[in-house]
Amino acid sequence: MDPLIRLEKVTCRYGKDPVLVNIDLEVRPGDFIGVVGPSGSGKSTLLKTIAGSVSPIAGRIHREKGTAIGYVPQVETVNWFFPTTVREAVLMARSDGRVVPWSSKADVAEAEAVLERLGLGGLGDRHIRELSGGQQQRVFVARAMLRRPKLLLLDEPTSGVDVRTRHDVMHLIHELHHDGLAVVLTTHDLNGIAAHLPKIVCLNREVIATGSPRDVIRSDVLERTYGAPLEVLVHGGMPVVVEQYPEYDAASEGAQDLALREGHHEHPA
Amino acid sequence: MNTLLEPFAYGFFRHALMVSVLAGGLCGLVGVYVVLRGMSYIGHGLSHAIFGGAVAGAALLGAGAGASLGVGFYLGAGVFGIGAALLINVIARRRTIGADAAIGVVTSAAFAFGIAIISTQGGFSRNFEAVLFGYVLGVTMVDVLVVAAVAAAIALTVFLRYRQLLFATFDPEVAEVSGVRTDRTDVILALMLAATIIATMNVVGVMLIAAVLVIPPVIARLLTDSFHRMLWISVGVGASLGFVGVYLSYYLDVSSGATVVLTGATVFAVVYAWSAFKGRRAMVDALDAH
Repeated sequence: MDPLIRLEKVTCRYGKDPVLVNIDLEVRPGDFIGVVGPSGSGKSTLLKTIAGSVSPIAGRIHREKGTAIGYVPQVETVNWFFPTTVREAVLMARSDGRVVPWSSKADVAEAEAVLERLGLGGLGDRHIRELSGGQQQRVFVARAMLRRPKLLLLDEPTSGVDVRTRHDVMHLIHELHHDGLAVVLTTHDLNGIAAHLPKIVCLNREVIATGSPRDVIRSDVLERTYGAPLEVLVHGGMPVVVEQYPEYDAASEGAQDLALREGHHEHPA
Repeated sequence: MNTLLEPFAYGFFRHALMVSVLAGGLCGLVGVYVVLRGMSYIGHGLSHAIFGGAVAGAALLGAGAGASLGVGFYLGAGVFGIGAALLINVIARRRTIGADAAIGVVTSAAFAFGIAIISTQGGFSRNFEAVLFGYVLGVTMVDVLVVAAVAAAIALTVFLRYRQLLFATFDPEVAEVSGVRTDRTDVILALMLAATIIATMNVVGVMLIAAVLVIPPVIARLLTDSFHRMLWISVGVGASLGFVGVYLSYYLDVSSGATVVLTGATVFAVVYAWSAFKGRRAMVDALDAH
Protein backbone atom coordinates (compact mmCIF):
# COMPACT_ATOMS: atom_id res chain seq x y z
CA MET A 1 0.00 0.00 0.00
CA ASP A 2 1.21 3.48 -0.83
CA PRO A 3 1.88 5.73 2.12
CA LEU A 4 -0.77 8.31 2.99
CA ILE A 5 2.02 10.77 3.61
CA ARG A 6 5.77 10.70 3.13
CA LEU A 7 8.25 13.24 4.48
CA GLU A 8 11.64 13.28 2.75
CA LYS A 9 14.52 15.19 4.36
CA VAL A 10 12.07 17.76 5.73
CA THR A 11 13.47 20.73 7.65
CA CYS A 12 11.25 23.31 9.36
CA ARG A 13 12.12 26.34 11.41
CA TYR A 14 10.48 29.15 13.36
CA GLY A 15 12.56 32.30 12.92
CA LYS A 16 16.24 31.42 12.81
CA ASP A 17 16.08 28.22 14.86
CA PRO A 18 15.45 24.91 13.09
CA VAL A 19 12.73 22.91 14.85
CA LEU A 20 12.85 19.85 12.63
CA VAL A 21 15.94 18.74 10.69
CA ASN A 22 16.10 16.20 7.85
CA ILE A 23 12.99 14.30 8.86
CA ASP A 24 12.20 11.12 6.93
CA LEU A 25 8.86 9.60 7.86
CA GLU A 26 6.13 7.56 6.23
CA VAL A 27 2.59 7.05 7.45
CA ARG A 28 0.77 4.16 5.79
CA PRO A 29 -2.89 3.17 5.97
CA GLY A 30 -3.47 1.34 9.26
CA ASP A 31 -0.35 2.74 10.94
CA PHE A 32 -0.50 3.63 14.64
CA ILE A 33 2.52 5.73 15.48
CA GLY A 34 3.54 7.41 18.71
CA VAL A 35 6.00 10.30 18.58
CA VAL A 36 8.03 10.76 21.77
CA GLY A 37 10.68 13.24 22.75
CA PRO A 38 11.47 15.96 25.26
CA SER A 39 9.66 19.32 25.38
CA GLY A 40 10.74 21.49 22.47
CA SER A 41 11.83 18.48 20.42
CA GLY A 42 9.45 19.39 17.57
CA LYS A 43 6.66 16.85 18.20
CA SER A 44 3.82 19.33 17.68
CA THR A 45 5.59 20.90 14.71
CA LEU A 46 5.92 17.46 13.15
CA LEU A 47 2.14 16.94 13.44
CA LYS A 48 1.47 20.40 11.97
CA THR A 49 3.89 19.68 9.13
CA ILE A 50 2.10 16.42 8.37
CA ALA A 51 -1.22 18.31 8.53
CA GLY A 52 0.08 20.97 6.18
CA SER A 53 -0.16 24.04 8.41
CA VAL A 54 3.64 24.36 8.75
CA SER A 55 5.60 24.55 5.52
CA PRO A 56 9.11 23.09 5.38
CA ILE A 57 12.04 25.24 4.30
CA ALA A 58 13.73 22.18 2.80
CA GLY A 59 12.73 18.67 1.79
CA ARG A 60 9.56 17.29 0.21
CA ILE A 61 6.19 16.13 1.44
CA HIS A 62 4.12 13.71 -0.63
CA ARG A 63 0.44 13.35 0.25
CA GLU A 64 -1.73 10.69 -1.32
CA LYS A 65 -4.48 12.40 -3.26
CA GLY A 66 -7.70 12.70 -1.25
CA THR A 67 -6.11 12.01 2.12
CA ALA A 68 -8.30 13.93 4.56
CA ILE A 69 -6.60 14.64 7.87
CA GLY A 70 -8.27 15.11 11.26
CA TYR A 71 -6.30 17.11 13.82
CA VAL A 72 -6.93 17.03 17.56
CA PRO A 73 -5.09 19.82 19.44
CA GLN A 74 -3.78 19.70 22.98
CA VAL A 75 -6.71 20.42 25.29
CA GLU A 76 -4.46 22.83 27.23
CA THR A 77 -4.51 25.14 24.18
CA VAL A 78 -8.33 25.29 24.01
CA ASN A 79 -10.07 28.47 25.17
CA TRP A 80 -12.67 26.91 27.46
CA PHE A 81 -14.44 30.24 27.98
CA PHE A 82 -15.14 30.67 24.27
CA PRO A 83 -18.91 30.80 23.73
CA THR A 84 -19.49 27.55 21.91
CA THR A 85 -21.70 24.57 22.52
CA VAL A 86 -20.50 21.03 21.83
CA ARG A 87 -22.50 20.91 18.57
CA GLU A 88 -21.14 24.27 17.37
CA ALA A 89 -17.56 23.18 18.14
CA VAL A 90 -17.93 19.91 16.25
CA LEU A 91 -19.61 21.54 13.24
CA MET A 92 -16.65 23.91 12.86
CA ALA A 93 -15.04 21.02 10.98
CA ARG A 94 -17.36 21.86 8.08
CA SER A 95 -16.17 25.47 7.77
CA ASP A 96 -14.73 25.31 4.27
CA GLY A 97 -16.85 25.31 1.17
CA ARG A 98 -20.15 26.44 2.74
CA VAL A 99 -21.26 30.02 2.21
CA VAL A 100 -24.24 30.42 4.54
CA PRO A 101 -23.69 30.59 8.32
CA TRP A 102 -26.01 27.76 9.28
CA SER A 103 -25.16 24.08 8.92
CA SER A 104 -26.97 21.80 6.49
CA LYS A 105 -29.36 19.19 7.89
CA ALA A 106 -27.02 16.47 6.60
CA ASP A 107 -24.04 18.01 8.46
CA VAL A 108 -26.04 18.32 11.69
CA ALA A 109 -27.22 14.69 11.37
CA GLU A 110 -23.65 13.51 10.75
CA ALA A 111 -22.36 15.53 13.72
CA GLU A 112 -25.06 14.01 15.95
CA ALA A 113 -24.11 10.52 14.73
CA VAL A 114 -20.41 11.12 15.49
CA LEU A 115 -21.26 12.53 18.94
CA GLU A 116 -23.46 9.49 19.62
CA ARG A 117 -20.70 7.13 18.51
CA LEU A 118 -18.17 8.82 20.80
CA GLY A 119 -20.51 8.65 23.79
CA LEU A 120 -21.50 12.31 23.69
CA GLY A 121 -25.10 11.80 22.55
CA GLY A 122 -27.48 14.32 24.11
CA LEU A 123 -24.68 16.73 25.06
CA GLY A 124 -24.78 18.83 21.88
CA ASP A 125 -26.36 21.87 23.57
CA ARG A 126 -23.94 21.91 26.52
CA HIS A 127 -21.14 24.45 26.71
CA ILE A 128 -17.76 22.76 26.17
CA ARG A 129 -16.63 23.82 29.66
CA GLU A 130 -19.47 21.85 31.26
CA LEU A 131 -18.02 18.46 30.25
CA SER A 132 -15.64 16.13 32.05
CA GLY A 133 -11.97 15.91 30.94
CA GLY A 134 -12.54 12.78 28.86
CA GLN A 135 -15.69 14.19 27.26
CA GLN A 136 -13.85 17.42 26.38
CA GLN A 137 -11.13 15.44 24.63
CA ARG A 138 -13.79 13.45 22.75
CA VAL A 139 -15.44 16.66 21.48
CA PHE A 140 -12.27 17.50 19.59
CA VAL A 141 -11.89 13.93 18.36
CA ALA A 142 -15.50 14.23 17.12
CA ARG A 143 -14.64 17.48 15.33
CA ALA A 144 -11.68 15.77 13.66
CA MET A 145 -13.87 12.78 12.72
CA LEU A 146 -16.38 15.04 10.98
CA ARG A 147 -13.70 15.70 8.37
CA ARG A 148 -13.98 11.99 7.47
CA PRO A 149 -10.22 11.56 7.81
CA LYS A 150 -8.00 8.74 6.67
CA LEU A 151 -5.34 9.98 9.06
CA LEU A 152 -5.96 11.20 12.61
CA LEU A 153 -3.31 13.38 14.29
CA LEU A 154 -3.52 13.88 18.05
CA ASP A 155 -1.25 16.25 19.96
CA GLU A 156 -0.72 14.83 23.45
CA PRO A 157 -4.25 13.46 23.78
CA THR A 158 -3.66 12.26 27.33
CA SER A 159 -1.73 15.14 28.82
CA GLY A 160 -3.21 16.59 31.99
CA VAL A 161 -5.86 13.90 32.43
CA ASP A 162 -6.25 11.32 35.19
CA VAL A 163 -5.50 7.60 34.73
CA ARG A 164 -9.15 6.66 34.15
CA THR A 165 -9.62 9.35 31.49
CA ARG A 166 -6.32 8.38 29.88
CA HIS A 167 -7.58 4.82 29.63
CA ASP A 168 -10.91 5.96 28.12
CA VAL A 169 -9.22 8.23 25.58
CA MET A 170 -6.72 5.57 24.50
CA HIS A 171 -9.52 2.99 24.26
CA LEU A 172 -11.39 5.33 21.93
CA ILE A 173 -8.30 5.98 19.78
CA HIS A 174 -7.62 2.25 19.53
CA GLU A 175 -11.23 1.71 18.41
CA LEU A 176 -10.90 4.35 15.70
CA HIS A 177 -7.64 2.76 14.57
CA HIS A 178 -9.31 -0.63 14.55
CA ASP A 179 -12.01 0.84 12.28
CA GLY A 180 -9.35 1.64 9.69
CA LEU A 181 -7.92 5.03 10.60
CA ALA A 182 -4.19 5.66 10.52
CA VAL A 183 -3.20 7.38 13.77
CA VAL A 184 -0.19 9.51 14.72
CA LEU A 185 -0.07 10.88 18.25
CA THR A 186 2.52 12.64 20.36
CA THR A 187 3.02 11.75 23.99
CA HIS A 188 5.31 12.27 26.97
CA ASP A 189 4.04 9.06 28.56
CA LEU A 190 6.55 6.35 27.67
CA ASN A 191 5.16 3.61 29.91
CA GLY A 192 1.44 4.35 29.86
CA ILE A 193 1.08 5.10 26.14
CA ALA A 194 4.15 4.71 23.94
CA ALA A 195 5.11 1.23 25.13
CA HIS A 196 1.67 -0.05 24.04
CA LEU A 197 1.83 1.26 20.46
CA PRO A 198 3.04 -0.79 17.50
CA LYS A 199 5.46 1.88 16.28
CA ILE A 200 7.37 4.68 18.00
CA VAL A 201 9.34 7.59 16.57
CA CYS A 202 11.92 9.09 18.94
CA LEU A 203 12.34 12.74 18.04
CA ASN A 204 14.68 15.47 19.15
CA ARG A 205 14.60 17.90 16.23
CA GLU A 206 15.72 14.94 14.12
CA VAL A 207 14.52 11.37 14.10
CA ILE A 208 16.71 9.51 16.62
CA ALA A 209 15.09 6.10 16.10
CA THR A 210 11.99 4.45 14.65
CA GLY A 211 10.61 1.03 15.44
CA SER A 212 8.60 -1.13 17.81
CA PRO A 213 8.70 -0.39 21.56
CA ARG A 214 11.20 -3.23 22.04
CA ASP A 215 13.50 -1.75 19.39
CA VAL A 216 13.24 1.83 20.56
CA ILE A 217 12.59 1.91 24.30
CA ARG A 218 16.20 1.18 25.19
CA SER A 219 18.54 3.08 27.46
CA ASP A 220 20.92 4.13 24.69
CA VAL A 221 18.14 5.37 22.38
CA LEU A 222 16.33 7.22 25.17
CA GLU A 223 19.55 8.83 26.35
CA ARG A 224 20.17 10.14 22.83
CA THR A 225 16.55 11.34 22.62
CA TYR A 226 16.21 12.97 26.04
CA GLY A 227 19.85 13.82 26.73
CA ALA A 228 19.66 12.11 30.14
CA PRO A 229 20.27 8.53 31.27
CA LEU A 230 17.08 6.49 31.64
CA GLU A 231 17.03 2.94 32.96
CA VAL A 232 14.85 0.44 31.08
CA LEU A 233 13.66 -2.85 32.55
CA VAL A 234 11.69 -5.57 30.80
CA HIS A 235 8.54 -6.63 32.64
CA GLY A 236 6.27 -9.29 31.16
CA GLY A 237 7.99 -8.85 27.81
CA MET A 238 7.32 -5.11 27.83
CA PRO A 239 9.99 -2.44 28.22
CA VAL A 240 9.42 -0.25 31.27
CA VAL A 241 11.25 3.02 31.77
CA VAL A 242 12.34 3.48 35.38
CA GLU A 243 12.23 7.08 36.50
CA GLN A 244 14.56 7.63 39.45
CA TYR A 245 15.00 10.78 41.49
CA PRO A 246 17.38 9.61 44.25
CA GLU A 247 17.50 12.98 45.99
CA TYR A 248 13.66 13.11 46.31
CA ASP A 249 12.91 9.42 46.49
CA ALA A 250 10.98 8.50 49.65
CA ALA A 251 12.56 5.02 49.65
CA SER A 252 16.03 6.53 49.47
CA GLU A 253 15.13 8.97 52.26
CA GLY A 254 13.99 6.03 54.39
CA ALA A 255 17.19 4.20 53.62
CA GLN A 256 19.20 7.28 54.58
CA ASP A 257 17.30 7.59 57.91
CA LEU A 258 17.89 3.92 58.63
CA ALA A 259 21.59 4.24 57.74
CA LEU A 260 21.95 7.22 60.09
CA ARG A 261 20.16 5.43 62.93
CA GLU A 262 22.43 2.42 62.46
CA GLY A 263 25.53 4.60 62.53
CA HIS A 264 26.27 4.53 58.80
CA HIS A 265 27.04 7.93 57.40
CA GLU A 266 27.45 7.17 53.71
CA HIS A 267 24.89 8.77 51.44
CA PRO A 268 22.75 6.24 49.61
CA ALA A 269 23.66 5.78 45.95
CA MET B 1 -45.56 62.41 26.53
CA ASN B 2 -44.92 65.43 24.37
CA THR B 3 -41.77 66.12 26.35
CA LEU B 4 -40.49 62.60 25.62
CA LEU B 5 -41.18 62.98 21.89
CA GLU B 6 -39.94 66.56 21.72
CA PRO B 7 -36.41 65.78 20.42
CA PHE B 8 -37.81 63.79 17.48
CA ALA B 9 -39.13 67.04 16.03
CA TYR B 10 -35.55 68.04 15.19
CA GLY B 11 -33.90 66.68 12.06
CA PHE B 12 -30.42 66.71 13.63
CA PHE B 13 -31.70 64.54 16.49
CA ARG B 14 -33.33 62.03 14.15
CA HIS B 15 -30.07 61.77 12.21
CA ALA B 16 -28.11 61.41 15.47
CA LEU B 17 -30.41 58.64 16.64
CA MET B 18 -30.23 56.76 13.33
CA VAL B 19 -26.45 56.98 13.13
CA SER B 20 -25.91 56.01 16.76
CA VAL B 21 -28.21 52.97 16.46
CA LEU B 22 -26.41 51.86 13.29
CA ALA B 23 -22.96 52.57 14.77
CA GLY B 24 -23.85 50.79 18.02
CA GLY B 25 -25.08 47.71 16.17
CA LEU B 26 -22.02 47.72 13.91
CA CYS B 27 -19.61 48.05 16.85
CA GLY B 28 -21.54 45.28 18.63
CA LEU B 29 -21.08 42.98 15.63
CA VAL B 30 -17.38 43.62 15.02
CA GLY B 31 -16.74 43.86 18.77
CA VAL B 32 -17.61 40.16 19.24
CA TYR B 33 -14.55 39.20 17.21
CA VAL B 34 -12.47 41.95 18.84
CA VAL B 35 -13.25 40.62 22.33
CA LEU B 36 -13.01 36.90 21.56
CA ARG B 37 -9.69 37.28 19.73
CA GLY B 38 -8.24 39.50 22.46
CA MET B 39 -7.98 42.41 20.01
CA SER B 40 -9.32 45.12 22.33
CA TYR B 41 -5.93 46.79 22.40
CA ILE B 42 -5.84 46.74 18.57
CA GLY B 43 -9.19 48.59 18.54
CA HIS B 44 -7.81 51.18 20.92
CA GLY B 45 -4.57 51.55 18.95
CA LEU B 46 -6.23 51.63 15.53
CA SER B 47 -8.55 54.42 16.63
CA HIS B 48 -5.49 56.51 17.50
CA ALA B 49 -3.80 55.73 14.17
CA ILE B 50 -7.01 56.69 12.38
CA PHE B 51 -7.10 59.99 14.24
CA GLY B 52 -3.59 60.75 13.02
CA GLY B 53 -4.63 59.93 9.45
CA ALA B 54 -7.81 61.99 9.68
CA VAL B 55 -5.90 65.04 10.86
CA ALA B 56 -3.21 64.59 8.19
CA GLY B 57 -5.90 64.18 5.50
CA ALA B 58 -7.70 67.32 6.67
CA ALA B 59 -4.45 69.30 6.67
CA LEU B 60 -3.60 68.17 3.13
CA LEU B 61 -7.05 68.25 1.51
CA GLY B 62 -8.94 70.60 3.79
CA ALA B 63 -11.50 69.92 6.53
CA GLY B 64 -15.22 70.04 5.81
CA ALA B 65 -17.30 73.11 6.47
CA GLY B 66 -18.98 73.50 9.88
CA ALA B 67 -19.41 70.21 11.72
CA SER B 68 -18.99 68.11 8.58
CA LEU B 69 -15.78 66.08 8.56
CA GLY B 70 -15.04 66.42 4.86
CA VAL B 71 -13.35 64.17 2.31
CA GLY B 72 -9.84 64.87 3.68
CA PHE B 73 -10.74 63.41 7.06
CA TYR B 74 -12.22 60.22 5.65
CA LEU B 75 -9.47 59.75 3.07
CA GLY B 76 -6.68 60.25 5.61
CA ALA B 77 -8.46 58.08 8.17
CA GLY B 78 -9.00 55.38 5.55
CA VAL B 79 -5.39 55.30 4.36
CA PHE B 80 -3.95 55.34 7.90
CA GLY B 81 -6.55 52.94 9.29
CA ILE B 82 -6.16 50.30 6.60
CA GLY B 83 -2.39 50.80 6.46
CA ALA B 84 -2.02 50.45 10.24
CA ALA B 85 -4.35 47.41 10.34
CA LEU B 86 -2.35 45.59 7.65
CA LEU B 87 1.01 46.60 9.14
CA ILE B 88 0.01 45.37 12.62
CA ASN B 89 -1.17 42.12 11.05
CA VAL B 90 2.12 41.56 9.23
CA ILE B 91 4.31 42.44 12.23
CA ALA B 92 2.23 40.32 14.63
CA ARG B 93 2.38 37.29 12.30
CA ARG B 94 6.19 37.43 12.05
CA ARG B 95 6.34 36.93 15.84
CA THR B 96 9.76 38.53 16.14
CA ILE B 97 8.21 41.14 18.43
CA GLY B 98 4.95 40.78 20.34
CA ALA B 99 1.68 41.91 18.75
CA ASP B 100 1.09 44.39 21.60
CA ALA B 101 4.48 46.03 20.99
CA ALA B 102 3.78 46.18 17.22
CA ILE B 103 0.44 47.88 17.88
CA GLY B 104 2.07 50.30 20.30
CA VAL B 105 4.75 51.38 17.82
CA VAL B 106 2.55 51.66 14.71
CA THR B 107 -0.48 53.36 16.23
CA SER B 108 1.36 55.69 18.60
CA ALA B 109 3.54 56.90 15.72
CA ALA B 110 0.43 57.60 13.59
CA PHE B 111 -1.28 59.37 16.52
CA ALA B 112 1.83 61.46 17.20
CA PHE B 113 1.86 62.41 13.52
CA GLY B 114 -1.68 63.77 13.91
CA ILE B 115 -0.75 65.71 17.06
CA ALA B 116 2.29 67.18 15.28
CA ILE B 117 0.07 68.38 12.42
CA ILE B 118 -2.48 69.88 14.83
CA SER B 119 0.31 71.79 16.57
CA THR B 120 1.30 73.33 13.23
CA GLN B 121 -2.35 74.36 12.63
CA GLY B 122 -2.55 76.42 15.81
CA GLY B 123 -4.67 74.12 17.99
CA PHE B 124 -7.94 72.18 17.83
CA SER B 125 -10.79 73.03 15.52
CA ARG B 126 -14.41 71.88 15.86
CA ASN B 127 -13.76 69.06 13.36
CA PHE B 128 -10.78 67.67 15.26
CA GLU B 129 -12.82 67.68 18.44
CA ALA B 130 -15.63 65.80 16.66
CA VAL B 131 -13.15 63.05 15.75
CA LEU B 132 -11.57 62.94 19.19
CA PHE B 133 -14.68 63.09 21.38
CA GLY B 134 -17.59 62.51 19.01
CA TYR B 135 -20.20 65.02 17.85
CA VAL B 136 -23.22 62.97 16.93
CA LEU B 137 -25.57 65.95 16.80
CA GLY B 138 -23.57 67.32 13.87
CA VAL B 139 -24.07 64.33 11.55
CA THR B 140 -25.86 64.78 8.25
CA MET B 141 -27.98 62.34 6.26
CA VAL B 142 -24.86 61.62 4.17
CA ASP B 143 -23.02 60.49 7.34
CA VAL B 144 -25.99 58.25 8.20
CA LEU B 145 -25.86 56.67 4.74
CA VAL B 146 -22.07 56.16 5.00
CA VAL B 147 -22.45 54.30 8.31
CA ALA B 148 -25.41 52.31 6.91
CA ALA B 149 -23.37 51.30 3.84
CA VAL B 150 -20.35 50.24 5.93
CA ALA B 151 -22.63 48.32 8.34
CA ALA B 152 -24.33 46.53 5.44
CA ALA B 153 -20.97 45.61 3.83
CA ILE B 154 -19.59 44.27 7.11
CA ALA B 155 -22.78 42.37 7.93
CA LEU B 156 -22.65 40.77 4.48
CA THR B 157 -18.97 39.84 4.97
CA VAL B 158 -19.77 38.25 8.34
CA PHE B 159 -22.69 36.38 6.77
CA LEU B 160 -20.60 35.00 3.92
CA ARG B 161 -17.51 34.26 6.06
CA TYR B 162 -19.30 33.34 9.28
CA ARG B 163 -17.97 29.81 9.57
CA GLN B 164 -14.38 30.62 8.64
CA LEU B 165 -14.30 33.63 10.99
CA LEU B 166 -15.73 31.54 13.83
CA PHE B 167 -13.27 28.65 13.40
CA ALA B 168 -10.28 31.00 12.98
CA THR B 169 -11.35 32.90 16.11
CA PHE B 170 -11.88 29.83 18.28
CA ASP B 171 -9.00 27.64 17.16
CA PRO B 172 -6.75 29.22 14.48
CA GLU B 173 -4.24 26.36 14.32
CA VAL B 174 -6.81 23.64 13.71
CA ALA B 175 -8.77 25.95 11.40
CA GLU B 176 -5.63 26.28 9.26
CA VAL B 177 -5.21 22.50 9.19
CA SER B 178 -8.89 22.16 8.24
CA GLY B 179 -8.59 24.32 5.15
CA VAL B 180 -9.44 27.77 6.53
CA ARG B 181 -7.06 30.47 5.28
CA THR B 182 -6.45 32.13 8.65
CA ASP B 183 -4.12 34.73 7.12
CA ARG B 184 -7.07 35.88 5.02
CA THR B 185 -9.51 35.91 7.92
CA ASP B 186 -7.02 37.94 9.98
CA VAL B 187 -6.80 40.55 7.21
CA ILE B 188 -10.59 40.61 6.77
CA LEU B 189 -11.08 41.20 10.51
CA ALA B 190 -8.43 43.92 10.63
CA LEU B 191 -10.06 45.70 7.68
CA MET B 192 -13.55 45.33 9.17
CA LEU B 193 -12.27 46.85 12.40
CA ALA B 194 -10.59 49.76 10.61
CA ALA B 195 -13.73 50.42 8.52
CA THR B 196 -15.92 50.32 11.65
CA ILE B 197 -13.75 52.84 13.49
CA ILE B 198 -13.58 55.18 10.49
CA ALA B 199 -17.33 55.05 9.90
CA THR B 200 -18.27 55.60 13.55
CA MET B 201 -15.51 57.93 14.73
CA ASN B 202 -17.70 61.02 14.75
CA VAL B 203 -20.40 59.27 16.81
CA VAL B 204 -18.43 58.45 19.94
CA GLY B 205 -14.98 59.78 19.04
CA VAL B 206 -11.71 57.88 18.74
CA MET B 207 -11.02 58.26 22.46
CA LEU B 208 -14.10 56.21 23.41
CA ILE B 209 -14.52 53.90 20.42
CA ALA B 210 -12.67 51.02 22.10
CA ALA B 211 -15.27 51.04 24.89
CA VAL B 212 -18.16 50.89 22.40
CA LEU B 213 -16.46 47.96 20.66
CA VAL B 214 -15.94 46.05 23.89
CA ILE B 215 -18.96 46.71 26.14
CA PRO B 216 -21.79 45.17 24.01
CA PRO B 217 -20.00 41.83 23.35
CA VAL B 218 -18.90 41.55 26.97
CA ILE B 219 -22.52 42.04 28.10
CA ALA B 220 -23.63 39.49 25.47
CA ARG B 221 -21.00 36.99 26.65
CA LEU B 222 -22.37 37.21 30.19
CA LEU B 223 -25.83 36.38 28.85
CA THR B 224 -25.09 33.39 26.60
CA ASP B 225 -22.73 30.46 26.04
CA SER B 226 -23.52 30.21 22.33
CA PHE B 227 -21.54 32.07 19.66
CA HIS B 228 -24.38 32.86 17.26
CA ARG B 229 -26.60 34.07 20.09
CA MET B 230 -23.72 36.23 21.34
CA LEU B 231 -23.53 37.89 17.91
CA TRP B 232 -27.25 38.75 17.88
CA ILE B 233 -27.31 39.91 21.50
CA SER B 234 -24.20 42.05 21.04
CA VAL B 235 -25.67 43.77 17.96
CA GLY B 236 -28.96 44.37 19.84
CA VAL B 237 -27.19 45.68 22.95
CA GLY B 238 -24.92 47.96 20.86
CA ALA B 239 -27.87 49.42 18.92
CA SER B 240 -29.93 49.87 22.12
CA LEU B 241 -27.04 51.58 23.91
CA GLY B 242 -26.67 53.91 20.92
CA PHE B 243 -30.39 54.79 21.08
CA VAL B 244 -30.60 55.21 24.87
CA GLY B 245 -27.25 57.01 25.14
CA VAL B 246 -28.07 59.64 22.53
CA TYR B 247 -31.62 60.06 23.86
CA LEU B 248 -30.32 60.58 27.40
CA SER B 249 -27.59 62.95 26.22
CA TYR B 250 -30.28 65.25 24.81
CA TYR B 251 -31.94 65.68 28.22
CA LEU B 252 -28.76 65.57 30.31
CA ASP B 253 -26.95 67.94 27.95
CA VAL B 254 -23.85 65.74 28.16
CA SER B 255 -21.56 64.59 25.32
CA SER B 256 -23.35 61.82 23.39
CA GLY B 257 -20.26 59.58 23.14
CA ALA B 258 -19.67 59.76 26.89
CA THR B 259 -23.37 59.09 27.59
CA VAL B 260 -23.39 56.00 25.34
CA VAL B 261 -20.27 54.61 27.06
CA LEU B 262 -21.53 55.41 30.59
CA THR B 263 -24.91 53.83 29.84
CA GLY B 264 -23.11 50.74 28.55
CA ALA B 265 -20.88 50.58 31.63
CA THR B 266 -23.96 50.79 33.87
CA VAL B 267 -25.74 47.99 31.99
CA PHE B 268 -22.55 45.91 32.15
CA ALA B 269 -22.33 46.41 35.94
CA VAL B 270 -25.96 45.30 36.39
CA VAL B 271 -25.60 42.25 34.12
CA TYR B 272 -22.29 41.31 35.75
CA ALA B 273 -23.81 41.50 39.24
CA TRP B 274 -26.83 39.49 38.08
CA SER B 275 -24.67 36.77 36.46
CA ALA B 276 -22.43 36.58 39.55
CA PHE B 277 -25.55 36.18 41.74
CA LYS B 278 -26.95 33.55 39.35
CA GLY B 279 -23.62 31.69 39.36
CA ARG B 280 -23.52 31.68 43.15
CA ARG B 281 -27.14 30.47 43.30
CA ALA B 282 -26.33 27.63 40.90
CA MET B 283 -23.33 26.63 43.03
CA VAL B 284 -25.44 26.66 46.22
CA ASP B 285 -28.17 24.61 44.48
CA ALA B 286 -25.56 22.10 43.28
CA LEU B 287 -24.12 21.77 46.80
CA ASP B 288 -27.63 21.35 48.27
CA ALA B 289 -28.36 18.59 45.76
CA HIS B 290 -25.39 16.54 47.05
